[in-house]
Amino acid sequence: MKECDIVIVGGGHAGCEAALAAARMGCQVLLLTIDPQKIAQMPCNPAVGGIGKGHLVKELDALGGEMGVNTDKAGIQFRILNTRKGPAVRATRVQCDKELYATSMQETLAKQENLTIVAGTVDRILTNNGAVTGVRTSTGDTMATRAVVLTSGTFLKGLMHIGLTHLPGGRAGELSAEHLSDCMLDFGFEIGRLKTGTPPRLDRDSINFDVMAPQPGDPVPRPFSFKTQHIPNPQIDCHITFTNEQGHDIIKNNLDRSPMYCGVIESTGPRYCPSIEDKVVRFADKSSHQIFMEPEVLGGRSYYPNGISTSLPIDVQQAFVKTIAGLERAVFLRPGYAVEYDYFPPRQLHETLETKLVKGLFHAGQINGTSGYEEAAAQGMMAGINAALRAKEKAPLILDRSQAYMGVLIDDLITKDAREPYRMFTSRAEYRLILREDNADYRLKEIGYRLGLISQQEFVAFQQKWEKIDKELHRLGSTHTKIPELERQTHITFDGPATSTSLLQLLRRPELSYKDLHPFLHGEEETDVEVTEAVEIAVKYEGYIKRQQEVIEQFKKLEHRRVPEDFDYQGIKGFSNEVAEKLKKVRPSSIGQASRISGVTPAAISLLLVALERHKKAS
Amino acid sequence: MSALDDTICAVATPSGEGGVGIVRVSGSQALPIASQVVRLRCGKPLSDITSHQLYLGKFLWDQYPTSDRVKQGTATVLDEVLVVAMRAPRSYTGEDVVEVHGHGGPLIVQAICEALTQAGARMAEPGEFTKRAFLNGRLDLTQAEAVLDTIQANSLHSLKLAQEHLQGGLSGVIQGHRDTLVKLLAHVEAGMDFGEEDIQFIEQHELKEKLRKMVGAIEKLIESAQEGRIIREGIRTVILGRPNVGKSSLLNAILDVDRAIVSKIPGTTRDVLEESVTVEGVMIRLFDTAGLRETTDELEQEGMTRAEEAIKQADVLIMTFDQSQPLTEQDLGFITRYNQQPRVMILNKYDLPRRFSLDDFHRIVKENDSRDEHETAYVQASAVTGEGIDQLKRTIKKLAVGKRHEAGDSVLVSRLRHKVLLQQAAEALHNALAAIDDTQSAECVALDLRVALQALGQIVGIVTNEDILDQIFREFCIGK
Repeated sequence: MKECDIVIVGGGHAGCEAALAAARMGCQVLLLTIDPQKIAQMPCNPAVGGIGKGHLVKELDALGGEMGVNTDKAGIQFRILNTRKGPAVRATRVQCDKELYATSMQETLAKQENLTIVAGTVDRILTNNGAVTGVRTSTGDTMATRAVVLTSGTFLKGLMHIGLTHLPGGRAGELSAEHLSDCMLDFGFEIGRLKTGTPPRLDRDSINFDVMAPQPGDPVPRPFSFKTQHIPNPQIDCHITFTNEQGHDIIKNNLDRSPMYCGVIESTGPRYCPSIEDKVVRFADKSSHQIFMEPEVLGGRSYYPNGISTSLPIDVQQAFVKTIAGLERAVFLRPGYAVEYDYFPPRQLHETLETKLVKGLFHAGQINGTSGYEEAAAQGMMAGINAALRAKEKAPLILDRSQAYMGVLIDDLITKDAREPYRMFTSRAEYRLILREDNADYRLKEIGYRLGLISQQEFVAFQQKWEKIDKELHRLGSTHTKIPELERQTHITFDGPATSTSLLQLLRRPELSYKDLHPFLHGEEETDVEVTEAVEIAVKYEGYIKRQQEVIEQFKKLEHRRVPEDFDYQGIKGFSNEVAEKLKKVRPSSIGQASRISGVTPAAISLLLVALERHKKAS
Repeated sequence: MSALDDTICAVATPSGEGGVGIVRVSGSQALPIASQVVRLRCGKPLSDITSHQLYLGKFLWDQYPTSDRVKQGTATVLDEVLVVAMRAPRSYTGEDVVEVHGHGGPLIVQAICEALTQAGARMAEPGEFTKRAFLNGRLDLTQAEAVLDTIQANSLHSLKLAQEHLQGGLSGVIQGHRDTLVKLLAHVEAGMDFGEEDIQFIEQHELKEKLRKMVGAIEKLIESAQEGRIIREGIRTVILGRPNVGKSSLLNAILDVDRAIVSKIPGTTRDVLEESVTVEGVMIRLFDTAGLRETTDELEQEGMTRAEEAIKQADVLIMTFDQSQPLTEQDLGFITRYNQQPRVMILNKYDLPRRFSLDDFHRIVKENDSRDEHETAYVQASAVTGEGIDQLKRTIKKLAVGKRHEAGDSVLVSRLRHKVLLQQAAEALHNALAAIDDTQSAECVALDLRVALQALGQIVGIVTNEDILDQIFREFCIGK
């Protein structure tokens, strides 16, 4: 039998990050995937990032992940969203060339030391005494290993629906994995079913862009990765068009042929990414919905009409699309479809993403009921890191809700009952003002460096950047001027005493930016945008940031009240069956985590505290 | 904190003679314990009876019972009883509950309790049944507090207030504000998370207007907190005045009994006496104090220290003056000194020849004290004839409770915990409004709104983040 440290099953965004992280941490890694040509595909929309998701990519990058770097290589339209809102919800979104994304990620994987990629489908995970010992593929080959990271996406018993016809498959044109689910059932895993969907793809040459509003990228594209110096690709426009009531009527008249509406699909799809039939039914008073026309490949013919994912029959899809301005003559390259797939409700996981049932088995990505490339990659990275730490018998890496969106993501997965595919939003993060894109490196780079995922050179650059920020803050605090002088320089009238004021004080004013202070810095102003932005945020939001930090102190207290893993919930008088069951399933590691489990009431937490006190006294 | 896994018992009906006396047992051992002290006529053991159904039986007991003796039927039959078992979780506490309904009378219920404790139950601490109900998730926090209030209710009005809370009066109002806030926050949050979508979010001026309205309503609730406490605990009313103006006689007259020792000797009252009387459904707690004067008597000095303490905590002061004597320097001193609370000026000894008229007095008060007039009331009374006493009682109530609760429709806040949380919510909403005015970014506004939401959620005992997302998806068509 062959042998390696870690086997990664699946070559999607979770699998790539898991494989790279584990290999870079010095483990011998084998990546098994059905078709190595399809590694790092973007099966749905051709973009990375967005609000909440961009935050995840920045964090991934700060820890030493690849998604940010790779997106910069494949990006054809860069935008910072929410620029008119505050710094915490500003987020990067990048339109990518799908082919470039996949090929450059594949190149990175191919170059990676300690990493072997093999084509194959895993049928069984081999165990001994409840711990992983290896995997067996559909061809009967076995591989001995210490840990397995399962990142099988929508491939577990994947079933694709177009109208009332359906066929097994994980993605358009690809086979599903049929046996692994059964193996997981044998282990005793609870399995759930979710649904997701994608729109049709349209031929560029059949689209009339002249009647659509162009949507350009930012004039000066800013890269995703803290490492990227240069963006290689030319930048393109996307286009915006709208659905109309004529099209809505076509959908309404054909709902009896929609698998969603006649009960063929019973699993839940995401509310934040509804199919066009869902939008038309649920928001019947809305006469039009927005569609973004996004190219899938730079210079290629395939266009992704973002906003009209559907599983209606092909003839209905075509009739509907033809009602849309600019798409009257649209030629379909591929119809839209919905896919149903197995997932394992993630409350069966530890905070490390290791399963509670099988030691050494980690789950990441869509099989945990999440949606999105970024969510998948973030989990893949955490699973890869923790699988490697486990193989090296080192303490696991757990990020909490006040440290990173990655921590929010995993904590939510473990404690919440996902009723739909999980996507990140900034409103999920209670410490949003601290978890910003701009300070992701500040929060996580040192952790990445200690794990061996960030090079010495990068780490030094990071330290220098934050030293500059500190120095600049100090300088603004010790440089003074007077309001009349400021008025003379800026030609704006300010209220306030005519006494001497520090530049730091002045920067607090909403109407002033760092730029306005240039005249007082005697030609020695800071020019690095990352530095000046960080300075502005630190000064302008000081009060709010301080308040959040105080709340975080409180949060940490509850997080530090640990609950023993083998705690006997059955023995607690007064728990409703529901609460006892939930706690038994999740086995929260702390009181804080217990309080976030859906359905666990404050009264139940009081009871739990009482029981813990007693438990402590008894032992 | 007492253990939750033992079985508790207590008399559930008021003390004193009554038609029926009920003893309640709650806990995992309620059925086996109760089995040891009752035998059912149908012969069934208690563990086999149908839940929520009354059974006829006998209460058996002697000084040294053993379960064997009960079984053999040799123990003394003390009473015929009705027994009902309410199995967990369908009971008030959420635990197994047995109620033994005996004939009323302190001795019988006492004996039942004693027998139960010998059989292994523990006497419940005050409010412990409710505490268990709360800990077992049978009540939310405001409801649990309301039950305690119902038990401790000392007058009609406070009972009504407690009932309102129990039926969710306060819960309902807070819940309403909370729901509104969730909706507003959903707009603010969606504007950040889904700013790219083609959606109209709430306009800033509309958001501000709604927030202002909510702050107003919450601040009214806070104001009512003081009133709520008075209704729950009674009006703390302190009788004061210089020695021998007839304070103790006044107390006796209000109570209509000879409670305080009355004599012509100044300084008769040394301690603070407390008594209570109910007026139009509100309890007045009367504190008679030692007359305030210069003295070297240590005991009397201590009495006066206590009087000063009582005055500080009073809701209403009854300032007593002797109409049959000219006003003294000391009298005038009182008028200017004790003006922090609503007060009733009593011109006592109305039955004796008067040395000054009400008008004179009125004028003197005005000259010496510039305070707002409607906080001071004037009553001429005689503790001897009883004249003016009813008017005095009504005046006390009016000064303390005001008009509001007579309308009977507003919800009063009567717990300090609620008041503190409401204050937090109001402060956070003010911060949010200030942040909007300062053109702070939406995350900052959202931060304050979340603090307010958290505080309101804590009053009704629920806090959840998912509500906001649910609201967003219900209201907006998200997903490009």
